[in-house]
Amino acid sequence: MYDVIIIGCGVVGAATAYELSKYDLSVCVCERSNDVANGATKANSAILHAGFDCPIGSLEARLNVEGVKLAKEICEKLDVERREIPTFVLAFDDREMGEIKSLYERGLANGVPGVRIIEAEEALRLEPGLNPNLKAALYAPSSAIVNPWEYAIAMAETAVRNGTEVKLCSAVTAIEKMMDGAFKVATETGIFEAKYVINAAGAFSADVYALVGGNDLRQTNFCGQYYVLDKSQGNIINSVVFPCPDEHGFKGVLISPTVHGNLIVGPDSYEVENGDCVATVSPMLEELKNQGHRSVPGIDFSQIIHEYAGVRPNTQIPDFIIEESKLCPHFINLAGIKSPGLSSAPAIAVEAADILRNCGLVLKRKKEFIDSRRRIKFRELSSDQKQNIITKNPLYGRVICRCETVTEGEIVEAIHRPISPRTIDAIKRRCNAGMGRCQGGFCGPRVHEILARELNVSPKNILMDEQGSFLLTSPIKEADDLDT
Amino acid sequence: MTDLICIVCPKGCHLQVDEENEYRVTNFGCTRGEAYGKKELTDPTRVLTSVVYIRGAAHPCCPVKTSGAVPKPQIREAMAMLKSVRLDAPVRIGDVVVSDVCSKGIDWVVTKDM
Amino acid sequence: MTLTLEYDIVVVGGGPAGLAAACAAKENGAKRVLILERDSEAGGILNQCIHNGFGLHYFKEELTGPEYASRFIKKAHQLGVEIKLDTMVLSIEGKTICAVNATEGLMEIRAGAVVLAMGCRERTRGAIAIPGDRPAGIFTAGTAQRYINVEGWMVGKRVVILGSGDIGLIMARRMTLEGAKVLACIELCPYSNGLNRNIVQCLNDYNIPLFLSHTITRIIGKHRVEQVIISEVGTDKKPIPGTEIAIDCDTVLLSVGLIPENELTRAAGIPIDSRTNGALVYENMETEVPGVFSCGNVVHVHDLVDFVTAESQRAGKAAAEYAKSTEKVESFRILSIKNGRKVNYTVPQMIRREKVDKTVDVFFRVNNVYSGGTIRVLDGITELCHFNREHLAPGEMEKITIPAVLLDKVSGDELTVELAVREEMKQ
Repeated sequence: MYDVIIIGCGVVGAATAYELSKYDLSVCVCERSNDVANGATKANSAILHAGFDCPIGSLEARLNVEGVKLAKEICEKLDVERREIPTFVLAFDDREMGEIKSLYERGLANGVPGVRIIEAEEALRLEPGLNPNLKAALYAPSSAIVNPWEYAIAMAETAVRNGTEVKLCSAVTAIEKMMDGAFKVATETGIFEAKYVINAAGAFSADVYALVGGNDLRQTNFCGQYYVLDKSQGNIINSVVFPCPDEHGFKGVLISPTVHGNLIVGPDSYEVENGDCVATVSPMLEELKNQGHRSVPGIDFSQIIHEYAGVRPNTQIPDFIIEESKLCPHFINLAGIKSPGLSSAPAIAVEAADILRNCGLVLKRKKEFIDSRRRIKFRELSSDQKQNIITKNPLYGRVICRCETVTEGEIVEAIHRPISPRTIDAIKRRCNAGMGRCQGGFCGPRVHEILARELNVSPKNILMDEQGSFLLTSPIKEADDLDT
Repeated sequence: MTDLICIVCPKGCHLQVDEENEYRVTNFGCTRGEAYGKKELTDPTRVLTSVVYIRGAAHPCCPVKTSGAVPKPQIREAMAMLKSVRLDAPVRIGDVVVSDVCSKGIDWVVTKDM
Repeated sequence: MTLTLEYDIVVVGGGPAGLAAACAAKENGAKRVLILERDSEAGGILNQCIHNGFGLHYFKEELTGPEYASRFIKKAHQLGVEIKLDTMVLSIEGKTICAVNATEGLMEIRAGAVVLAMGCRERTRGAIAIPGDRPAGIFTAGTAQRYINVEGWMVGKRVVILGSGDIGLIMARRMTLEGAKVLACIELCPYSNGLNRNIVQCLNDYNIPLFLSHTITRIIGKHRVEQVIISEVGTDKKPIPGTEIAIDCDTVLLSVGLIPENELTRAAGIPIDSRTNGALVYENMETEVPGVFSCGNVVHVHDLVDFVTAESQRAGKAAAEYAKSTEKVESFRILSIKNGRKVNYTVPQMIRREKVDKTVDVFFRVNNVYSGGTIRVLDGITELCHFNREHLAPGEMEKITIPAVLLDKVSGDELTVELAVREEMKQ
């Protein structure tokens, strides 16, 4: 019997696991995919928002501002890439001026530090890449960009190192409330019991809530696509740039550098069937280019290297839903965590811990808690450090991913970390191998070989990403003797 | 009259072959092309390349080719001869892997020192 | 402590370009010549090109890729060229190269002259933004080739190939001979960019349909490719609504272009030509940084390795001469070559008259298929010389040889290479 089962190991589930791992509790996270951070967490804008966008007095507003403060410390302690850059919201005409003024009011009310309206001249001085036709801009210096999947992975790994269990490939299929009030949670890898259940299932949180009879949550599935541009475009701006929100309050197509040095342009917004529908769709994809150029005319779209799409975990309720279910005691919903979900994650986790306390769970701080993590990034080491590490372990002298300068040492180290990556994309998320210009064309077969060797499985069994994404079909020449 | 593209060299001349006139070839760029034109309609053959499994080398596959051209209808048969081959390193360019492919005196030979 | 080494010539890349340049450098007097190769063997991409068709010009024989590579690897060993394998170059600054491998660790290598021969990478799905799901089973043709020919694994059973360049055509045949069903080859242009002989021996031989003026407009598949939608495209290369065909398949191979791998070149501040995506080079393959030369696919994508060899030998020879010479600072009269009508680019982009002996070869590609025309070299509006050609296509690199004496007649500092045609496009 666990104290708590958390359903979903995206950034919210991971942050919650990390927070709870500070206490003497037995916690298990059930993740449906074969890796953590495989949902909206890996397919968003990667921004820790300033928070001026959230409705005044909303849960979002408070948790956004708190979350980004907590993020700074967590990213430092757990070695997650994060970079502080300001946000601009551009206004080109009088209507838009009015819009950014109300964003400004909201920012003030929400306690967003340093937010102000600036004239075109100052905006262009601070950010020369902006469209010179702008009239004015909202300027918010407290935002940052982060590596979103690394954020989740780092918190999940740390939780595991502090005793949390993470079960992958464990989609929850049924939840039964037992006589004593505890839960029987049936998953694809077994049935587990817990006193409390936390629903952090992202774009599927309504489905999970329905398993305990919750029928007042409805997932509204809106997909958003992004372009990723080559690093040569990564420094055409050094800020997050938004257009003015449209009449429906939709934030619009943003342009932002990434912590890896690329540029992203997106997202758009269109309805899809469910949280798995992450196909990219023309002509909307094409339309992102026009929207992008409106704010930053210098973007060179011939330098696109990748596209991706994510489904926003919105429900029909406009705010976050962070509460113990009235229908089902001890079942805690962390649902509808759309933007600013990434920004709010650690603050949501603190809320979840508070809710557990109010439910009667005793949260006693652990005496010993591992609260740091270091990831070796060969590319960033000094010459002396590079030399030292190769002397200690020659695998750090073999560069596997040329585009991102990732060594075999880093890949092997990642495979042997908690929550072991077992797929090509899981390695990509932990080491950056395959994320560059050639998109794994050179390093793919080599990463594949290393994975098979380290995991002691046939190369045929190594997947690209999710279950079912096999890469190889059979040995050539129908060599059954070599088909293990 | 058949239009053919010559495959003897990368130039790819557009040949014309007259089946009704002793397979007379026109529009060829060299004598090899002229010969090819007639042969392609009477006895088409291909040089084949593939790989076979090898043990004890840096990689599991050793590239091979046929030492001469195999008749087109026997391509599948020639390829099938490689299925059960298991070489042992070291091998040298020119080593015979399977001899007398399709009874034509052609061999499958190694094309890489491994 | 970083290991510091010194060589007369350092060559980045041990594929056909690097091997030829290194051998030529040795043959022209360079004493200590080093090749830095990232793979565990020299030969570059030739190691996985197990098909034949290499060497018809250079050796007058038809060789497979590994055989062609072997000739130069053996020659390099005989000449005493040093090769460091499993070694990655991290950066180049001037003529100092920072490289790393597992046995020697980090190295700083000082060179009398450098030759950049890094080859190219393949254009990806992301770069051409094919919409649709993100399943496994989408490979660039070269990556699939590596899995099949080097690692011994089949990547799929029912294959659609996008792009009818040589790599796509070769893989169509390769996969068929290994038992896969290649359902179609889809080509955006109204003509194929590959060699005609490959259309015959890779597609026609196996009855694989070629869809010209088509493209893949959507990939469908939850975790693995299940289907592609192809559409016809108009002259603007945009899909024509209503022409969609669905093809059930489990694999998509992409053969949609090669991009010279010039990250190191850019980072070193060496000027790049946006038309070729390779370094701007002079007549002897020297870049705009004195003592740094470049050759092979990293300068411009070639069709035949034989031409890569010839070009790289020129670079190697020039590098050796540079390293030997004591006069490093020289001033020259520079003629820049512009691409005129119907010509996409030229290599070299600049000629130094004083460095040209009897003739200078200018390589170029045209922008469309033409069944005949005249290549004109212009000095302003004056024609310096012209060359008649019978068949011209973007997929076939062309060469003209300009006599040095004509260069003396040039009044300005610019030459233009253009194509004048008798007929327009090929049907």
